[in-house]
Amino acid sequence: MTSRTIPPAWKLMVIVLLQWAVVFVSRPSSVSAQSIHSTISRVSRRTVKVFGAGGIRRLHSYSTGFVVSSRGHVATIWSHVLDTEELTVVLSDGRKVRAKVLGAEPQLDLAVLELEAENLDLPAWDLEAEVSDAGPGTRVLGFSNMFRVATGDEMVSVLHGVVAAKAPLATRRGAFETSYEGTAFIVDAVTNNPGAGGGVLTTRSGRLLGMIGKELRHAESNTWVNYAVPISELKGPIQEIIAGKYRARQREPDEADSVARFTPLEFGIVLVPDVLFRTPAFIDRVQPSSAAAVAGLRPDDLVLFINGDLVQSCRVFKQRLGRIESGGVLKLTVRRGDKLVPVELPVPAKPATEKDETR
Amino acid sequence: MSVVNRMSRMNQSGQGIVKRFEQRDGSCCRSWPIAVVLLVLGALPRSGWAIDPAVLAAEAKRVEVSSRLATSVVAIFSRGGRGGGSGVLISSDGYALTNFHVTRGAGTFMKCGLNDGQLYDAVIVGIDPTGDVALIKLLGRDNFPHATLGDSDTLRVGDWTFAMGNPFLLATDFQPTVTYGIVSGLHRYQYPAGTILEYTDCIQIDTSINPGNSGGPLFSSDGQLMGINGRGSFEKRGRVNSGAGYAISINQIKLFMDHLRSGRVVDHATLGATVATREDGAVVVDGILDASEAFRRGLREGDEIVSFAGRSVRSVNQFKNILGIYPKGWKLPLVFRRDGVRTETLLRLRALHRASELAGGGKPKPKPGDKPGGKKKRPNQPSRRRPAVAKPPEKYKHLYVKKSGFSNYYFNQLEQKRTLSGMSRLGDFAAVTGAWVFLGTTAAGDAYQLTLADSGVGLSWKQQAYFQELSKSAEPLDEPKSSGGLLYAMHMWRSFLMQRERVFGEFYYLGSEPLDGSGARVDVMVSELGNVRCRWYFDRKRGQLLGWDCRIEEETDECEVRFGGEIDSGGRRWPKTITVRSAGGLVAKFAVETVTIRPEVSK
Repeated sequence: MTSRTIPPAWKLMVIVLLQWAVVFVSRPSSVSAQSIHSTISRVSRRTVKVFGAGGIRRLHSYSTGFVVSSRGHVATIWSHVLDTEELTVVLSDGRKVRAKVLGAEPQLDLAVLELEAENLDLPAWDLEAEVSDAGPGTRVLGFSNMFRVATGDEMVSVLHGVVAAKAPLATRRGAFETSYEGTAFIVDAVTNNPGAGGGVLTTRSGRLLGMIGKELRHAESNTWVNYAVPISELKGPIQEIIAGKYRARQREPDEADSVARFTPLEFGIVLVPDVLFRTPAFIDRVQPSSAAAVAGLRPDDLVLFINGDLVQSCRVFKQRLGRIESGGVLKLTVRRGDKLVPVELPVPAKPATEKDETR
Repeated sequence: MSVVNRMSRMNQSGQGIVKRFEQRDGSCCRSWPIAVVLLVLGALPRSGWAIDPAVLAAEAKRVEVSSRLATSVVAIFSRGGRGGGSGVLISSDGYALTNFHVTRGAGTFMKCGLNDGQLYDAVIVGIDPTGDVALIKLLGRDNFPHATLGDSDTLRVGDWTFAMGNPFLLATDFQPTVTYGIVSGLHRYQYPAGTILEYTDCIQIDTSINPGNSGGPLFSSDGQLMGINGRGSFEKRGRVNSGAGYAISINQIKLFMDHLRSGRVVDHATLGATVATREDGAVVVDGILDASEAFRRGLREGDEIVSFAGRSVRSVNQFKNILGIYPKGWKLPLVFRRDGVRTETLLRLRALHRASELAGGGKPKPKPGDKPGGKKKRPNQPSRRRPAVAKPPEKYKHLYVKKSGFSNYYFNQLEQKRTLSGMSRLGDFAAVTGAWVFLGTTAAGDAYQLTLADSGVGLSWKQQAYFQELSKSAEPLDEPKSSGGLLYAMHMWRSFLMQRERVFGEFYYLGSEPLDGSGARVDVMVSELGNVRCRWYFDRKRGQLLGWDCRIEEETDECEVRFGGEIDSGGRRWPKTITVRSAGGLVAKFAVETVTIRPEVSK
C-alpha cells in the first residue's frame, strides 16, 4: 500500500472533497449528553444475557445477544456456549427465559435463538429502519455482558470508542484465527472480551452497526483486535432463519482449493462432527478392518500430532492429512485417557491429481 | 492485516472528531499535490478547519478540569522504594484516600509525590481491608490542594469520567496520568478474588485503569470525586486495561470516612442471614444465625426480603451491594414478608469478619457463594513480603502509635479528644462521689426513684424495686426485665462521667453513624468492661452526649438510653428526660425533676 505510485492530483482532489463531505455530513451537531443516555437505555433494553455451556478450562459459559423480533428472536454469536440443551436467556428486565437455537451460520459466527415463551412483546431492533453503516472516525458504543459483570436485570456494560477501520478481517493461520473472514468494523475500544460476543456496536445516536465478535488474538504479537460483524452481513441470514427459509452457506473455505490428497475416511477414521470453530480432533468411530483399526486406534482417542505437527482441531487434522505424501507412513500421536499413544498407519500410494499442481 | 495490527489494542481516545481532523491534516501535508489543491481551493490552514465549537469547548473544558484536578492527585511510593500506587487528597490538612492494597505493602510511613514536584511524608491513618480503602495523611502542610467529594449516586451510565493516577508507576516527576472514558455500569458487585477484598455497589468504567492506577481518583467530567479506582477485569490479556475497570464509590467511602479517621482496622457487615433467589425471582432468606439480632426480631428462613436500607431488593447481587457499603455496627431498616404479612424492623449489622481475619489483611476466605471463573485481580498488587521498612522520619515518628486492632492509634487519640471536648461543659463529675438520686415521673405518669452509687444501682418504679449489685463478683442483670439491663447501663453512665479513662478496659473512638438508623450522624465512642460493651453517641457540633446503647452480654438485646434536654443542678448539667428502649420497644421515658447527691453510706 505504501509503495503504490501517487495517483493523479485530480483524483486525490475528488477523494479529499468526498471525505470532507463525509465529515460534514456525519459530524455530530453537538456533544449532546442527553442523547447518549437515551441511546444507552434504549439499546440496553434490547440486549440480553445468554447463559449456556462452558465454565470449564477458561471457557466462559455466557455470552450476549440482541433482540431482533418482538416475538422473541435473539441474534447472538455462534459459539460453544450454545452447545447445550439448557440454554437460558436473561432479558433486560431480569426475566429468565429458556431458548433454543433456531438456526446458525457458522461462517458469519451467527446464531439465532428462539425464546420459549408466549406473548413476550419485547423491545426489538428493526433491522430495516434502525441500521446504519459507519466509516473510520465514527464514534460508537459497545454493549455486552463482558466478564458476566451483570446478572438479572442489571444493565449490560457500555463502552465507548471510535471505528478505526472498516476492513476485511484478513486472517491467516498462526496470526489471527477466526471463522468470520468478511468485512468488519475494527474499533479502538476493548469491546471483545469474554462473553461480549453477540453484543452490539451502535452509533452514539443508537443506530445498529454490528454484532461484537469473538476474542481475537494475534498469535505472535499477543495483541488483540476488537471487531464487530456489520449488520448488513447478518441481516439477510437473520431474517431468513426467522422465516424458516435459511440454508447455511456452502463452506467455501480454504479446503476447497487446498490440497486434499487424503481424507480421514480413507484410513477408516470418522471424526466427531466439526461443530465448533476449533473442534478437538476426537475420533468418533473407527471402521472395522480399516488401517486405523489395524493400527489400534479407538473411538474417543484425541489426535494430538500428525507426523510430528500439532493438531489443534478437526479442521487442521483434515488439512494436514490432505497434504501428506502418498506412500510411506502416517505417524499419529493420540491421547487415550491419560496416556499418549503413538500409532503408525501405512499411506496408500496415489497418483498425483491436477489439483496438487495448483499449489 | 496491517490495519488490524496497527489498530489492535489502541486505547480509547474519546476525541474521535478531533483525531480524525488531525489524521487528515497530517496526511495532507505529506503529499504536496493535495497541498496545492487545497491552496487552489482556498482552503485555510489547520486553524481554519470547521471544527464544531462544541467540540473545541469540550476539549478546553477537559484540559481545564484535568489540570485543576491534577494538583490533588497523589503518587504513592512505599518507603522501601518497592511498589506504589495512587491516591487523592480530600482535605487541606492532608488526608488522602487510596486503596488498602496499595498501603498494605507500604508500611506505616510512605512517600507521596504531588504535581508541584514535591515529595511529602505520609502516615497511615485507617484501613478498610474488605472495601480496599485506606486513609493516609500527608504531612508538612496545612494548605494542601484537595478534591471535592461528589455524590456518586448522581452518575449515569454513559457519563464521562477522568481517572488520574500513576499507572505503571510512570510519574517519576509526580505528574499524574489522565485517562478519559465513560461509566460502563453502576451498582456492580465484584466477588472477593481469593482475598477478603469485595467490591460492592461499585462503578464500572471503560476509562483506562492499569497497574499503579490503584487508589487514584475517578472524577466526574466536572471534577467531582466520584470514586477510588482499584480493580479491573483481567483474564488472559495480562494485567492491563481490558475495558472494564472498577471504582469504589465515594458514597460508600463517605459512610466509612469517620471510621477510617479513627485509625482503626474497620470492618464491613453482615445481617447474620444469607439470601438466595427463589424460582419466581424473589430474594429469600436461605440461612440465618439463631444468635443474630435479625433472628431475635423475627426473621426466619424462607422470608422474602422486600427492602433493605430503604432500597428494594430484586437480586442477590443487589442485596450484597446494599449490605456491602455499610460499616459493621450500623443500624439499618429491613422489610421482610411472610405469608403476605410485611414486617419492618431496625437491625444492627454484625461484623463480617473476625478481628483475626482482618488483622491478616485479607487471607482467602472461601464463601459458599463464590463464583468460579471471571478471575479478577487487583491492578497493583504489592509484594506480599514485608517491605524493607525504612525508619520512620524522626520528625514525624510520634504520629504513629501501634495498638492491636488499630492501624494507627495516634489518630484515635485525636478523635477521642475531639469527641469528648464538649463534655467539660456539663461540669466536673469526677468528684461527685456518693449516691446520685434522680426523682420524677415517667411519661406514663408513674413516680420513680433512681439511685446510682458506687456499691449498687437501685430503681423503684411502679411499686417495684430493682437492684443491681456492683461488687467485683456481681454479674450484670437484665433488670427491669427485658430492659436490656437498664440498671447496669445507668451504672456505665456514672462510670463514664466520673472516671471513664480509668474504669473501662477499652475506650476508643469508633466513627460515626446515623443515630438510631435514621437520625443525624453522631460520633460514636465504644467502652468495654468485661463483657459489657457500650456505644456512646455524641452530637457532632456541640460534643453533647446524646445517649448510649449498653449490651451486657454478647448476642443479647441492648439497653438503649437517650437523653433529652438539660437541667441544672448543683452547678452541673443533667438530662431532663431519659428515654429507655430495648428490643424494638419502649421501656420507659423518665422525666428528671430533681437530682440530689447524698453521701454514700457504706454497708
